[in-house]
Formats: sequence, structure tokens, C-alpha cells
Amino acid sequence: MIGLGHYLTLSALLFALSIAGIFINRRNLILLLMCIELMLLAVNFNFIAFSRHLGDETGQVFVFFILTVAAAEAAIGLAILVVLFRNRRSINVQEMDSMKG
Amino acid sequence: MLFHAILFYVFAAVLVGAALGVIFARNPVHAVMFLVLAFFQSAMLWLLIEAEFLAIVLVLVYVGAVMVLFLFVVMMLDINIERGGQGYTRYWQLGLAIAGLMVFELIQIIMARGSAAGAGNDFSVLAEGYSNTKALGAVLYTEHVYAFEIAAVILLLAIISAITLTMRKRPGLKQQDISAQVAVKASDRIRIVKMASEGKETES
Repeated sequence: MIGLGHYLTLSALLFALSIAGIFINRRNLILLLMCIELMLLAVNFNFIAFSRHLGDETGQVFVFFILTVAAAEAAIGLAILVVLFRNRRSINVQEMDSMKG
Repeated sequence: MLFHAILFYVFAAVLVGAALGVIFARNPVHAVMFLVLAFFQSAMLWLLIEAEFLAIVLVLVYVGAVMVLFLFVVMMLDINIERGGQGYTRYWQLGLAIAGLMVFELIQIIMARGSAAGAGNDFSVLAEGYSNTKALGAVLYTEHVYAFEIAAVILLLAIISAITLTMRKRPGLKQQDISAQVAVKASDRIRIVKMASEGKETES
């Protein structure tokens, strides 16, 4: 019987994978943004599983708002990325050290 | 119920595989495609626990809009594809170790809580004729209407900031300057010249 524990485990796996992705990403800023999207997805899994477990729709409403904010974040993040690429001709994470002391 | 479990494991396996693909794909376009697959599998899993509205929203909004935006940007910026393992940062072992530790601890906690709660691990049973969309709408437009309006403002903010960030003026582009056109005065454009009238023409 598939229950809450299965969904929470899957979400934990997904979250850990996206953390690993941020750590080992190959210097590409777009991949970092995609890992953040994946992380938000894992969080949404938790919200939906608990919402169904407790029989309360508020969790699903919360997921709705997370999706909205994530869409806004993706739009702004990609816009910043495009401007960055236009100015520096590269989106390499390792090269962005102009604020390093 | 057995079929339900088989579906869950298949979708979960594909989801984890797609997440691995996002992390390890060499080509950024492939990574975006794997992310689309991951979102699709998540939508299937949400359908499986009867959160239909969000599953459809995930496919329509996320796969349909946000991922296409990602794909646009990835294809617009021509990023050189790295070859070999030299694309990894130097602390990738540390990253994997931390991720492994995290997943181990989280699963320990979930298992401990699950065994303590005993049979309280199941999802609530929905009534006959329950409509997920209707129930969500009933809460969204009454209790959470203020948050809903704030979400609308956040989306507007995203539109405005994305446009202002990426808009640029190319040199040599011919365009109207509306405010300069409106602010112009008659005295800037025409010059009234006073001159003496000439005398009556005399007959010759």
C-alpha cells in the first residue's frame, strides 16, 4: 500500500539529488537554476502528500502559490542570465568572481 | 491496489532517473528535456494521489511555459558543450557525500515516524463525487483571496522586471521619441518673420 512515507521518501531523494546537482554542477548557471526548480518540485511533493494525508486542501493551495512564485523566479532569473551573457559572453559560474575581495 | 503500487514505483523510478539526467547530462538542452520528463512524471504521481488540478497545472504552466522559456534561453545563448569529466567542480565528492547523508537522515526520520504512527500512514479517503478543482477553488477564492491577489501582483512584477532587464537600445536604431514629440513647442518648429510690406505695385 502506497502511503505518505513513500511520497516523503521520494521527495527526500529528489531534494538530495538537486542539492548534489548544485554542488557538482559543471560551472553552468542554467543548470543551477534547473536544480532550484527541481528542489521546489520536491517541496511541492511534500505539501501535496501531507495535504492528502490530513485531508486539508490548504496544502494544495500553498503548492499553487509556490508554482506562481517559481514561475516568476524563473522569468526574472533567466532575464538576469540573458543580460549577464550579453555583458560577459559567458555564464560560467567560476568566472563570476568580480565581488571577490 | 497492487496496480497502484506498481504505477507508483514505475513513475518514481523514471522521476529519479530524470533527475539524475538533469544533473549529469552533458548538453544543457538534454538537461532541460530531462527536467520536462521529471515534471511530467511528477504530474502523473500527483494524479495518482488525486491532486488532479495541480497535476494539470504543472503540465500546462510548468512544462508548457516555464520549461519552454528555459529551452529558449538555452538555445539562444550558445553555450559550448564541455567534454569529458572536466566540467565538474573540484568538490563533487563532497557534494555527493552531503546529498547521501541528507537522504539517509531524511529516510531514517520518515521510517521512525511512520512506524511510531502505525497505521496512520495512509491518505485520507475521498468522498464519492469529490471534485479536487472545485474544492481548491472554494478555498482559494474565499480564505486565500488576499494571497491570490498578491500572487497576481508578483506575476506582474515578474513581467515588468523581465522586460526592463532584457530591453536594450541598439545604436543606430530608428525609432520615435514620443516624449520629445509631445513636448515640442510651436516656437521650436516655425519662425515668424516680420517684414515690411512692399509698396503698391506701380503700373509700368
